[in-house]
Amino acid sequence: MPGLPLGGPGFLFWSPACGVKPVIVTPQTFRFSEPLPLRSGAVLPAYELKVETYGILNADQSNAVLICHALNASHHVAGFHADEHGQPIARSEGWWHNMIGPGKAVDTNRWFVIGVNNLGSCFGSTGPSHTNPATGQPWGADFPVVTVEDWVDAQARLLDAMGIRTLAAVMGGSLGGMQTLSWTLQYPDRVRHAVVVASAPNLTAENIAFNEVARRAIVTDPDFHGGHYLREGTLPRRGLRIARMIGHITYLSDDVMNEKFGRKTQTPTLPAARGSLPPEGADPAWGGPAPDRVSAGEPYRYSTQDVEFQIESYLRYQGDKFSEYFDANTYLLITRALDYFDPAREHDGNLSAALARATAKFLLISFSTDWRFSPARSREIVKALLENKRDVSYAEIDAPHGHDAFLLDDPRYHAAVRSYFEQTVAAAVPAEVTHG
Amino acid sequence: MADVNVMHRIARLVPPGSRVLDLGCGDGALLAHLRDERQCTGYGVEIDDAKVHACLKRGVNVLQLNLEDGLSMFGDDAFDVVLQIDTLQHLRNAETMLRETARVGRAGIVAFPNFAHWPNRLAVLQGRMPVTKRLPYQWYDTPNIRVGTYADFEVLARSCGLRIEDSFGLHEGQEIRSLPNLLASTAVFKFNN
Repeated sequence: MPGLPLGGPGFLFWSPACGVKPVIVTPQTFRFSEPLPLRSGAVLPAYELKVETYGILNADQSNAVLICHALNASHHVAGFHADEHGQPIARSEGWWHNMIGPGKAVDTNRWFVIGVNNLGSCFGSTGPSHTNPATGQPWGADFPVVTVEDWVDAQARLLDAMGIRTLAAVMGGSLGGMQTLSWTLQYPDRVRHAVVVASAPNLTAENIAFNEVARRAIVTDPDFHGGHYLREGTLPRRGLRIARMIGHITYLSDDVMNEKFGRKTQTPTLPAARGSLPPEGADPAWGGPAPDRVSAGEPYRYSTQDVEFQIESYLRYQGDKFSEYFDANTYLLITRALDYFDPAREHDGNLSAALARATAKFLLISFSTDWRFSPARSREIVKALLENKRDVSYAEIDAPHGHDAFLLDDPRYHAAVRSYFEQTVAAAVPAEVTHG
Repeated sequence: MADVNVMHRIARLVPPGSRVLDLGCGDGALLAHLRDERQCTGYGVEIDDAKVHACLKRGVNVLQLNLEDGLSMFGDDAFDVVLQIDTLQHLRNAETMLRETARVGRAGIVAFPNFAHWPNRLAVLQGRMPVTKRLPYQWYDTPNIRVGTYADFEVLARSCGLRIEDSFGLHEGQEIRSLPNLLASTAVFKFNN
């Protein structure tokens, strides 16, 4: 579940000074008319998937790498979108831009990388904001519940449509890691390598609890209208804001929050609306760095409703921003997909038995301060793979950034992915694509 | 264990085609050698970031784990051979790890610096801790928190109920089979449980 990374190295703004010509990418739409049976028993009659690809598929189709996205991400994995003049739009880089691209850890000079937006999303693939063909109205709450397994089924059909039989690798972080794991179980003969980052074999009770609080915030927003807010011409923004604030807390670590915000207080006079201030160190275009009153020793405001601390301002800002681009029903669907994922369930909770089907080679990566998808959860997957005598490597990166670390460009993390692709994934690919 | 001769000598103790676990596998050189020359499969365990990365660059399976947390990740007799090459001396729970090594492997191979090698004895006789090619650290900054001798290990192995299948010393790339406790800088033991 990527959150917007905090300042510093997490912000990845394209700068003309960086020397490398930005890769421009244009999304494609794949339309599927064959109904998709879902795990819930429902059937999606027809659907579209938004897709982006990077690099060139080689002649024997052996260099395809599928990237699975997490909660609030999309098919836009890397590169930049272009404006009407073909120029890269500032800050339009894909969510895994630091990982994927020419010369990067997943090198698109060598790999044909596919990003696909999941069903139920609000970024282009068929989802609850789209029109239900049966009613002519937006799907809203009637959009069927989709699971990780359903997404993987849809992705497999996409590969069929693209003429790709086998993937050199599937890769994803968090919820994307769950899809990656599911790929190795649902289509074991179509996946040679699986790169599972900051993920888990299922959610813990605490994790489901966080999701439930977020969902209740949305569902109890008076503007939610039972999920049919589009018909009512409203949006449950308040609920989404709170959902995002809760999520954001869980993607960070106590240490990084303390380092970034501590108990610093907030002056209320910045240009943005009250309670909507940009985070410290944010791009000046967003309102500039937020000053604090610590050095001035300014007194508390003794207000229960104003923003007093910087962390409050940061969370409100993140919530506001999120509520402007994300769909509430999508948030409900995706958090539910997270909750439901549990491949061991069909095997009486025995993960080792569940993973017996997987034949792919694995690389797992976790981050020491990630308490939402803790290293212990990744180790459970490693253990189950060991019990099945599968090839697996595991890197546990000591990073302070909590769950968000998987989106940041820690050099050890990226070096591990790079070496795995160069040594292990590439070992199974005969020809190398070079261009440009 | 940087010495290639020593690595090859230890590799010869591993039956071809074995499933191996290399505890404290360093840069993965031994695992890569066992894979390429003896058709072995398996995993290395390493805690150090740079060494984990070196293993990934060699394309060997590596698991970044802290051996002090034990081997609960691995099942009983999950491996044909478990290697502890220059690892024992770094472990706080050396005895537990030895027992765990015996639990997860049908055979174990342990190599460590022999503190009873005569130059070390000489240094201690002169009242100083040894600083040698094999034990190159000053006493106050050594990562070797356990120093033991060839003879000590025989006692520990017996108390752990291990059956020593073969043991010898290594020095300057040579196998030392007579008076290894005195003449070898490295002690090597292969045992079964």
